[in-house]
Formats: sequence, C-alpha cells, structure tokens
Amino acid sequence: MMHFLLLFSRQGKLRLQKWFTPIPEREKKKIVRDMTTMVLGRKPRSCNFLHWKDLKIVYKKYASLYFCCGLDAEENELLALEVLHRYVELLDKYFGNVCELDIIFNFEKAYFILDEFLLGGEVQETSKQVVSRSIEASDMLQEVSERPCSR
Amino acid sequence: MSDVVEKTLSALPSLLSLDSQAGAGKLSPSSKLGNLIKGITELTSKHEEETLIKKELESIKEQVASPNTTMRQMKEIMVRAIYCEMLGYQASFSYIHAIKLAQQGSVLEKRVGYLAVSLFLNETDEFLLLLVNTVLKDLQSTNLIEVCMALTVVSQMFPKDMIPAILPVVEEKLTHPKEIIRRKAVLALYKFYLIAPNQVQHIHSKFRKALCDKDPGVMTASLHIYLQLIKENPESYKDLTGSMVTILRQVVGGKLPLDFNYHSVPAPWLQIQLLRILAYLGKEDQGTSEMMYDVLEESLRRAEMNHNITYAILFECVKTIYTVHPKSQLLEKAAECIGNFVLSPKINLKYLGLKALTYVVQQDANLALPHQMTIIECLDHSDVIIKRETLELLFRITNAQNVTVIVEKMLEFLRLTYNVWFIQTMNSVFSLGGDVMQPDIPNNFLRLLAEGVDNVEDRQLRLFAVDSYVSLLQGETAKLPQRFLQVISWVLGEYSYLREEESDPGSVMRLLARLLDQRHTSTETRSWVLGAMTKLCSSPVYTAIYWQNLHCYSTERHWLYKTKCLSSLFKLYLTTLIFEVDLIISCLSWLWCCFIPQVDSSLSFLDGYVSDALAAGAAPYKSPHQRQEDLVQEKALSLEPYGLSLPVSLSSCSITDRRSPTLLSMSSGLSGNSTELSHQEGSTTLKLEGVKRVWGKDGYLAQQQSAGETPTPLVELPSPLLSPQSPPSQKPSSGLEPDQEKRQLASSLFVGLGSHNSVCLVRLPSTVWLFIKNCQSANQSNVVKSLFKPFYINSCQSALHNLLDSTTVASEGGAATTTTPQQTSQRTLDHTTSNGNPHVEGTEQRVEAGGPLSLIRGNGMVAVVPPRDLPLTSHLPAELSGLARSEFTPLCSDQDSSLALSACRVYKEDALVLLVFISNNNDSALHQMVLQLTCKELEVYIFQTGLNNKVPLFFSEIPVGRSRNQDRNTRVSSNRDLEKPRIFCESFRNFCSPPLTVSTGDYGKMWLSFSHDLKQNLRLVTTEHQEPLTATLDALKGKLHLHVVDIIGSEGIVACRLLQGPGQGQPCLLHCRVHADSLAVWLRSPVPELPDSLLYHCQKALTET
Repeated sequence: MMHFLLLFSRQGKLRLQKWFTPIPEREKKKIVRDMTTMVLGRKPRSCNFLHWKDLKIVYKKYASLYFCCGLDAEENELLALEVLHRYVELLDKYFGNVCELDIIFNFEKAYFILDEFLLGGEVQETSKQVVSRSIEASDMLQEVSERPCSR
Repeated sequence: MSDVVEKTLSALPSLLSLDSQAGAGKLSPSSKLGNLIKGITELTSKHEEETLIKKELESIKEQVASPNTTMRQMKEIMVRAIYCEMLGYQASFSYIHAIKLAQQGSVLEKRVGYLAVSLFLNETDEFLLLLVNTVLKDLQSTNLIEVCMALTVVSQMFPKDMIPAILPVVEEKLTHPKEIIRRKAVLALYKFYLIAPNQVQHIHSKFRKALCDKDPGVMTASLHIYLQLIKENPESYKDLTGSMVTILRQVVGGKLPLDFNYHSVPAPWLQIQLLRILAYLGKEDQGTSEMMYDVLEESLRRAEMNHNITYAILFECVKTIYTVHPKSQLLEKAAECIGNFVLSPKINLKYLGLKALTYVVQQDANLALPHQMTIIECLDHSDVIIKRETLELLFRITNAQNVTVIVEKMLEFLRLTYNVWFIQTMNSVFSLGGDVMQPDIPNNFLRLLAEGVDNVEDRQLRLFAVDSYVSLLQGETAKLPQRFLQVISWVLGEYSYLREEESDPGSVMRLLARLLDQRHTSTETRSWVLGAMTKLCSSPVYTAIYWQNLHCYSTERHWLYKTKCLSSLFKLYLTTLIFEVDLIISCLSWLWCCFIPQVDSSLSFLDGYVSDALAAGAAPYKSPHQRQEDLVQEKALSLEPYGLSLPVSLSSCSITDRRSPTLLSMSSGLSGNSTELSHQEGSTTLKLEGVKRVWGKDGYLAQQQSAGETPTPLVELPSPLLSPQSPPSQKPSSGLEPDQEKRQLASSLFVGLGSHNSVCLVRLPSTVWLFIKNCQSANQSNVVKSLFKPFYINSCQSALHNLLDSTTVASEGGAATTTTPQQTSQRTLDHTTSNGNPHVEGTEQRVEAGGPLSLIRGNGMVAVVPPRDLPLTSHLPAELSGLARSEFTPLCSDQDSSLALSACRVYKEDALVLLVFISNNNDSALHQMVLQLTCKELEVYIFQTGLNNKVPLFFSEIPVGRSRNQDRNTRVSSNRDLEKPRIFCESFRNFCSPPLTVSTGDYGKMWLSFSHDLKQNLRLVTTEHQEPLTATLDALKGKLHLHVVDIIGSEGIVACRLLQGPGQGQPCLLHCRVHADSLAVWLRSPVPELPDSLLYHCQKALTET
C-alpha cells in the first residue's frame, strides 16, 4: 500500500502531496523535507529506490518534476515505478504533453486524476481508458454546469 | 482554447460541440490563483514569500467570512487555500468552509470541497463528523458523480465510529449497475476493513460476489480485500485457490480486454496481486501449492518481454515460487530468472535482483554463489542503496567463517551513511574513553567533520554534531572528559553558525561561557573554549558575552591561558568588531594592566609549566655554559645513532660521519659490496680488540653472573649492550603480547580489503626469536664477543626475514625480541636514545653490523658475507637429506666469520622445514654455548650436532598456542665442544607450500565457499618461449610449490594449502588473469591471513625471478 505521493520540483518546491494514511501535520512536514533532501541529493545513475524508516521510497524524475512515493516494505518497487509512470501517462493524456506548469496551475485537476487512479493507497483502476473516461465525465459535468453561469 | 477542452471535444464531440469558451483547461494567468502563483515565482527570498502568503491568507480569511461570497467564488478561494497549505502555511480557518462547500455547493463546487476536505483533514479530525451527513446524502444521490465523490472521500478518510451510519448504503452500492460505483464501493469497504475489521465481517459473502464480478476492474479491486484477508488467515480461504489460479491463467493468457494491457502486458497489477495471494495460500501447503505450479510456470514463461513491468511480474513470480511448497524444477527456473536481474546493467533491476537473492538465499544459501562477482561489485557500488541491499544479502548468508568480514563491511557502511549513528557512537566513545584515548582519535574525528565539500550531507553531519553537543552542554558537563570538551568547543566554534535558524543566537556562547566558569575545566580546555568563543564573536550578541568573559578571565594566572586570551583579543581587535571607543579604551587599559605590572623577570609564572615539564620527563634547564660542556660531550658521542638502529639512520650516518676515521669500516659496510666487506676483515679484527677492551669488565661480567645463575626468563636478562639504567629490553617483550593481538585484530579487520597497509600488518603474524646467550668461557672470549655483537640483531633478522618472510629472527646481545621489522627498528632506536653512556667502540661495532642490512633492504636480496665454507649439505639431518630443498642461504656472519648463520628450506611432504645453521668457522672450539630460540606459534626443534658428531641431538618442541613467552623459549645448553650447531624450525604457519591437487570443478566449489579474499596486481614474468601467464605461473610453481589447476586463455587458477599451525591443511586459491601488463591475482581462503601472506610470497617470488 502506498502511504504518500509527493510531486516536487528540482528546487524542492512541493507541487502536489497526497497522503493515504493519517499522518500528523508535523510529521508530514518532516517527510516532505526529508524526501526532497534525500531524492534531490541522489547522484545520477543511482537506483530509484530509497529507504526511509520502515518505508520504501520510490521516485522518478520526469522533466523537471520529481514523483516520489512511500510504500510498505513488502511492496514491489518496480511496480510502484510503473504506477508513477501510469500517473504521468494519465496526466499527459489529460493535459496533452504535460509540463510542470500544467500541474502548478491546475493542481486540483492533478488531484482529481490521482483520485480516479489511486484510492486509499491502492491502484483503483489500471485501465487508462476507464480512468480518463471517468475524469472526462466529471469534467463534462463541470462544463455543462458552468455554462449557464458564464453567460 | 485549451488542450483539455480539445481532448474533451474529441472524446465527446456531440456534447461539447457548442462550447469552446469554458475554461476547464489551463487557468488564465489573470485569475487570482494564477496571480498568486506568478507572484510567488517572482519572489527571491523565503521571507518575501512568507509576507505574500500571509497577505493572501488574510484576504482569503476575509472573503470566506463574508456572507456575500458565492459558492462559485468559494471554490476558487478554496483552491488558493489548498495552494497555501501545500506551501506549508496553515489555513485552518478554511477547513470548515471546505466542508460547507462540500455540503452546499453544486456538483463541481462539491468536488473541490471534497478535495479540500481530503487534503486538509485527517481521519481523527473532529470536523469530519460534520461531513457524515453530506456523505450520506451524496451516497443516496441519483447523480452518479456525486455518489462517486462521496465514495472517494469515504475510502480516503472516514471517522471510524461513524462507519455503521453509512455501511448499509455502501454495501448497497456493491450491486450498483455501474461498475465504477461497484469498484469504489469495494475499495471503500476495503478501507473500512483496514480501519475497523470487525464492522465488515458480515459482508464477506458479498466480497465473493465482487470477486466474481463481470467487470475486471471490480474484481481487481476486490483482490485488495482478499490479499489482506488471506494474509491474515490463509487457512479459511484455501478454497479460493482454484479460482485465483483460473483468474491468473486467464489474465496471463490474455483473456482480458486490451484495455487492461499495460505496455502490451496483460493487467500486470492484477497478475502481481494474484501472485501474492497465491504465495500466501501455497505457503507450507503442498496440496494447494501443487495446484498452482502450472500457472506459475506459465507466468514465468510469458513474462519474457524486456520491460520494467515484466520484471516486476518476474520478481513477484520468483518470490511466490520460493514461498510456496518447493518444486525443484520450478525453483531452478526461478533461480535462472534471478540471473536476468542481477546481471542486468540497469541499476533498478540489479537492486531487485539483490532483493530477490536476499529472499531466496533464506531457502538455499548456495543460490548466491553463482552471482558472487556481482555481489562483490555491488558491495563497492557508488550507490549506498545498492550497498545496503548487498549487505542485507550478506547478512542472510553470514556464517561462522565470514562473520567478521561481513560485520566489518556493515560497520563501514554505517560509518558512511548514518550520521546520527556515527555522532552518537562517537559521543559515547568520547564520554567513556575520555582522556585515556589516543589524541589522534579526536583529531581524526575533527578532521572527518571538517573535510569534504560543503554539501548537504556534510552540513547535516555537522549540524547534527552541533545540536547533540549543545544538548550535551545543557546537561551536566562535570563528568565529560576534558578531551571531549575540547572537541565540543572546537565543533561549536566552527559550525554553530549552521543552527542560525534556531532562535537564540547567544545560547552557544553562554554554554561555552559556562564551561569557562566551571572549576573542573582544565586550563587547556579553557583555551579551546576561548578559541571557540573567538570564532563565534561575529555577532554583537556574542561579542558582549565574549568580552565579559575575557575580562573575567584575564586575571587567570596561567600563562597559556593568558596567551590565548591575548591572541583572542588581538583577533577580535583586528576583525574590527570593536567599534565603540570606550570598548577600545577598556581593551587597551586591560592590555596595560595585563602587561606592565605583571612583568616578572624571575619568570615565576612559568614555574607551573616547568614543573609540569620536569614531571613529564623533560631535561632540566641548563645555562649556556653548561650547554657548551654538553656539546663537547656530545661531540665525543657523535656516533650515537649506532648499531641497533634502523636502516634509515644508518644511511644518514654513513654520509654525515664519513670523515670520522673510526668509521671507515662502517662506510665500507654500507657501500653494500660483500667483497669489500670481506677484505676489510683485517681491520675488523682490530676493532674487535677494541670491543674486547670496552666490554671486558663491567657489562660483560654482569652478564656472566646472571647467566651463571639460573636461566632467567627472557625479559629479565641483563643485556651487556645496554647500560644498567636502560629498561627498554624489558619493555618490548612485555609489550609484545598485546601488540600481537592488535595486529591480529587488524588483520581480521582489514582482511579482504587488500590495502597495502594490511599486507604489512598481516604478513608477519608469527615471529621467531633467536636468542643467543653466552656463558662464561674465559679462553673463548672472542667468540663470545662476536656472539654478542649486535650484528646479529639486524642482519639475522632481515636475512631470515628475507628467507622466510613470515619469520623474523632477532638476537640482541643478551636479550632479543623481535616483532616486525618496523617495530624492531623503532625499538632499537629506543635503545640508542636511552642508552646513557655508550662506548665509542661499541657504537662503531653496531654501525658496522648494520651494514649488510641496508644492503638487503636496498635490493631485496640476501647479500651478506658468505661464510667461509658451506659444506652444509653433509650436515643435513638424515631424514631430510633426500628431500627437495632450497639452496643454502647465508644469513649473516660475524665480522671475522667465526660464527655464521645460514639457512635453507626443505620441503617435506607434510611440512616445510626451515633449517638454520650456526657454524663456527673458527679453529677454536666452542666449549659452552647457550642457545635460546624463541618463537611464536611455531614448532621449533632444536637439533644440535657437531662436525664430528660428538654432540648429541637436541630435539625440542614448542607447543603451538601457549600464551606465555617463557613457554616458548627453548634453551639448549651444552657443555661439550660444539662446532656446528644446527637449528631448524619446522612448519612455518604462514608458509604454504605443498601443492593442493584439486580439479577445476572442486576449485570452483571451494572458491565460492571461501570468504577471505584479496586482490592485487602482480608483475608478469616474461620469457621468450612461453606465454607470460604460463611463465609466471610456472615461476610461482617452481618457487612456492603451488599447484596450477588449469590455464584457460588469459586466466589461470592455482591452489595450495597451508602446512601446519592452527589452520593446518587450509587451502588457498588463486585466480590469475592477465590484465594489460600485469597479472591480476585474486586470492581466497577460509583463513584470514593466508591470502595476504601468500600474496606476499608470490610478489617476492616474482621479483626474484
């Protein structure tokens, strides 16, 4: 089970945080701090896995953005890497050639997508189509309901 | 128009064809959030960001409180609040509004409201209770999206106690026609099961229904629950094995919609989930396991594509195969798979491979063996994570033989990575070890802290050190050792700036000032503390405290302290930190009162220092004319760096003192030419006369008396060469025992590291002491004398050393002890310096004696005066005469060659015999001779014989492993005429010589099972008609009697075994590979010291070739 997912920039600026288990606020801050220093401090050509307390940290860099998640020790690291990748694919599909700015300015969308993909720290839906379909459905609703207001 | 809208359009053209304006895509930069984000990115400092966010939060607070804010505006505000929270600023006032938004907003506002709630709140938050009704309402809504949102938030967080309130509604959703609702409901129930298992027990049958759901997504979701259930209680779910196997077979067979493929691998998440479940089900259950063998094999077979996700499946598959009841065929295949991981150049796969190995070696440790090379490489990998995983693996294969090495590797790793652990350990080392510890330990520690680039890790280490010291100083400091306090003050002085963020800047200064106040703080420590304070006074707060303290302690009497005060003051002054005039005035006046009234011509303030120094053994002060006298005396004794001393000083002697006529013979000896040395014999005889005169009465007589009494223990024997007040002959022998231990510790610690140092350390684990003591014999005094010549000490030692390498022999006048060459030289230096009033002649002799030594050192060859006649072959003991042996090597001889030492090696089948001959080449017979041979860990047989066989055979054995020196001394005395006594020492422990005949296959097995290894490059021997490798191995074979197992291409394997001693019969294997111009040798053995020792022999053998 995934415990948290963080997205942060090369400068260590947090772009998205999702906590799947109840963690006190102070602890969250510490984790974010630790993760950014640990992951950003990694040398190139190192593996994408780290250990942090009892958790296993899997991270991957996509362009200028780091995707980093904390897993239970018995989880499969490679699979987690693919979870991150799938999430990036979903973002990409949604935003179309996603970049860091998309996520900065539309972070709530990124959250919605994540909520359709992962739920309670487990992969909820592995089919890309199904996920994007459900997001589109909600979005569409948004368009429809927004239209009267905007006019 | 945004991309997203475009996408939406393309997906659903019919619905959205009219709408091209609505902004679902990128926010326009003119929006409020856009402005906020842009504003933040333009800022340069953290402080500015703080101000901006505070302002933003104020405005948000105002807006949410306003009754005029519409829900639509609220949604936008909430997004900004989420953003502020993400940056780390609390927006707790908006939590209640988030709930309100979820309650009252329209669908899309609700969505943001729920999102905000899930981001802001925790399961334990009381606010969540306010949400229960909203959730319940939304669950019952007819709008699918509302239901979805409610289920999403429920499976993210829900107060445990309120589960019963919504449980029936959620259960109901399990039968909902829409699969997305069913799926979310299943996941919500999974969440409930995790936080309150007893509440969902009654719906287990419904889970089964979900498992059989026609939608694969719902089925996958239900597996989360089953994995959890089966993990907790596999017995109750054995009946599911069949279904799971069927599902897996269908998935692997590609029966699922293509939709579920991920990079053309069918539903990898589902596969992995199922494999995990199967592992739990089949664990320790043969029947169940048998059901799944086929499908496991198929998964293994199908997962052949080269993509991360297939590796993920493979990894899970291997784990399952090794968890369930074993089937050998399957195990083999799985083990093969691991090879794909381990050998992959991709570092992630390598990591997984190590992890898989770690898992499987618990079943069968031999599985690690094929991947030894990789494991060794990974151990030195630049990535610490890989290193750590490798250590984890090593930990699993730890056995009695390799435990030392592995633990050492682990400690090394700890030292590298765990700052906290390191500092804490060092803290306890300092507090416990305290002032007893060697001064270089704190020095090294400080260097370690200080060195390295200024990167994050270093700074963290320092900061942690500073923090831990501050907390230490805040506690009770009275018990901290002075040395630790010094370390603390240095670190605080250097690195306190790192903790600038932490509030009170003066705290460190005050802590240091408190140290100064305490009475138990020693003067030296105080000066350290002051030094630290000086460094710290870059801020005004610090300066005030500092200044105050400087004043307080200026009255301190101790000069050292005063000097420090002054230098601190000057530094302070120079760094222009004192701007205020009155401060400068007070400073100057302080300087005034410091200097003027206290000028003390009698230098009484130095009294303490002088008495300290005297107590520490310094020479008392002498007036200039006294010194002049001493100088004259010194001139007379200018040959002080004499005989016993080390080769280095010898060479310098030869240059500086060449002009001295008394040293002619010495310089000739140093010239390194043996013929020259021998034609000097005439003069040496002359000098012997001199020696006789000098030693005639005092020293010699003293020796006679003690020797005439009882054979006293070695250490107590008075040495004629040493003046009575010089104790060092005692010191080294008593210090030998712990020293040996240390070396052994070092050898076991550094084994396998292959550093040059370790080679030195372990090369000489065993020592032989040759101890020759003379008894009274009035008419044979010249022989006696020659025996006593320090000549033997050096030349015997180094010559024998050259011969044996693992053996060091030394005799030193009356008492002889030897450890390693380095040590000897150091010790002899002690002799030289401590010898109160040595005679000129004696000194001269010693220098002469040292001559051959430097020669030996110079070219690594034994080149000593050859004894006059060497028909020694005839004196070989009968039982050894027929065996293969090396040539007789002259070790050393007396100046006039009256006594000579020579040796040879004889290869017995089960032992290596070292024969040491002492030959008396003089015409006159030796009437009496006491021979003492001391050796550690070796069996020594003393075997005496005369030329005419008048002397009986002395045969004595030294048991191996006794701990007391006395036990190892063998004294042989004979009253009879003794012309050619012979000593041979048998079976040197570290000398491996007889070939170990093994086949290549056995070699491979042995290789893998040995833990101590060493790598080194050796010189290649080049001959005209042979391959360099063959030539080199042949040379080794010839010299060291190694067994060449096989030569394949540019690689060769060689084996040998240890003869006797504690590790008798232990093998050592060599793997040689031609690499460029050198031979890369890798040695392995179960005995820690063996590879090292053997390597040394090989090096030597090749050098000689």
